[in-house]
Amino acid sequence: MAGESGAGPGFFTSKLERAIGWARKYSIFQYPFVTACCGMEYMATAAGHYDVDRFGAGLPRFSPRQADVLFVVGTISHKIAPVLYRVYEQMCEPKWVVAFGVCTCTGGFYDNYATVQGIDTIIPVDVYIPGCPPRPEAVLDGLMKLQEKIENQKQLL
Amino acid sequence: MDAATSARETRTMLVNVGPSHPAMHGVIRLVTELEGETVVKVEAEIGYLHRAFEKSCENSTWTQSIPYTDRLNYVSPLINNFGYCAAVEKLLGIEITERCKYIRVLMSEISRITDHLTCIGASAMEVGAMTAFLYFIKAREYLYEIVEEVTGARLTISYGRIGGVKADLPQGLEEKLETDLQKVEKELYQVDKLLTRNRIFVDRMKDVGVLTAEDAISYSITGPMGRASGINYDVRRDFPYFVYDRMEFDVPLGEKGDNYDRYLVRMEEMRQSVRIIRQAMKQMPGGAVNVDSQGKVVQSFELVDQAKMGRTEGLVDVVTTVDPTLEGTQRTFLKRVMPAERRVILPPKEDTYGNIEGLMNHFKIIMDNHGIRPPKGDTYFAVEGANGELGFYVVSDGKDHPYRVRVRPPCFFGMAGLHRMLEGYMVADIVPTFGSINMIAGELDR
Repeated sequence: MAGESGAGPGFFTSKLERAIGWARKYSIFQYPFVTACCGMEYMATAAGHYDVDRFGAGLPRFSPRQADVLFVVGTISHKIAPVLYRVYEQMCEPKWVVAFGVCTCTGGFYDNYATVQGIDTIIPVDVYIPGCPPRPEAVLDGLMKLQEKIENQKQLL
Repeated sequence: MDAATSARETRTMLVNVGPSHPAMHGVIRLVTELEGETVVKVEAEIGYLHRAFEKSCENSTWTQSIPYTDRLNYVSPLINNFGYCAAVEKLLGIEITERCKYIRVLMSEISRITDHLTCIGASAMEVGAMTAFLYFIKAREYLYEIVEEVTGARLTISYGRIGGVKADLPQGLEEKLETDLQKVEKELYQVDKLLTRNRIFVDRMKDVGVLTAEDAISYSITGPMGRASGINYDVRRDFPYFVYDRMEFDVPLGEKGDNYDRYLVRMEEMRQSVRIIRQAMKQMPGGAVNVDSQGKVVQSFELVDQAKMGRTEGLVDVVTTVDPTLEGTQRTFLKRVMPAERRVILPPKEDTYGNIEGLMNHFKIIMDNHGIRPPKGDTYFAVEGANGELGFYVVSDGKDHPYRVRVRPPCFFGMAGLHRMLEGYMVADIVPTFGSINMIAGELDR
């Protein structure tokens, strides 16, 4: 966040929108909707080695009402799909969705009767992180993409 | 009904725990009937992660089914891989090489440790011990590094092959393995000190979620859960497969079958697995990889280039320095982990690219309607998975697709007996008990 113009020493001006974007970007409260294998890599990302806390997203909130970002981690079958939709509906605006792993992106190699072929058929998705499961590095890259998106979008006040 | 009667009347309350619940890992719904804070009745509803494993296998060739087995128990995928491959090998009647057996034992035990680490770490976190979780995930990360070095992937590895494994062990693994095992042992020691005599932890775990030996038998519960209840049964010891009969290890047993026993059994099993890994590494046949009789080092790409040009004469004996992921495709290394079975085993890449016989052999295995064709019949092969007896029942009708691949998932039976461990206890005990069962939705729902 760079100041537009100096209004004298000790002052700093910016657009409110950019200030909010900057603040929101580093205070991501995530709701991990963990169903399957990707959860293992989610755990690895969240724990010490990769330390998602560096990006201000270290605190998972297990209540959709307290969360900003919905991490859909793992295969979504037709049986769990209504639950996912309900969780998404329970979240307050502004909210973002991250599709974690290829099953949530497209259905992956589970091209069969039981699996939802991509969660974007149910809820809108902001960032797709492909991989089966994605490496923690890929997850962090996806998270940074999300931060970029949060920072630059029109902020709902 | 007047006000006085309704005040006296006691009614039970129905609470849904899950399928997306903060304190539960894995998707399962527990329909819980409460009387006050006591659990009266629990009914587990499963199937939220049904991914049509069997149907997918029926639509794939025998080799193509291997990746689906990775994702059954995704905390210990190597054991699943080897279980399926061993079942198909039994059906085909082929014997794998000695070195491959040792590699399978080694990798299975690494997988078992990662599984137990995750189980204990997650269930400790659920009762509030976040530190133990972070320590254990750290330890798991060291093991994932080993797995990655050997297989090329961290989690869903598809390392098993029908008739062997994908690639030989990389160079210098022994030293790295020993360093990492010591790090893992250190974490185990630390968490042992943190949890085992921790008053809060013991209060939550001891005498909670008791599963009697009779119940364990009647629900056919095996593995750490069964052993915690005192069932002295371990597939590795009782029906030795691969080379487990040459390994020395103890099978820990619990007395009561409560959460605390399950925790202790898992902790001890990890130490025993470390023991097995050390033995397997020590006894590993096949000799050292990088000993060159003439002291000559040949880069792998040079070898492959020569092979592509057809100059394979004399290459067999050249010991080379190769990068780890390519090792299994080198002819010399492939021989150490695969039997000489042309019907089943893919030829090394230098053969595939180097001569017409190798190319044809490759095509005959890969192309649709050719491929591996086990004889008509069925077989059952069980390995000791991280949660218990993991069995594969494979049926072949003589075609290149499996007729059926049925899995005996160990935690399915744990879920069937779940209500025996929850009923009569407090509602807050659901979480540690459920955590100690280590329900893995992938293998539960398949």
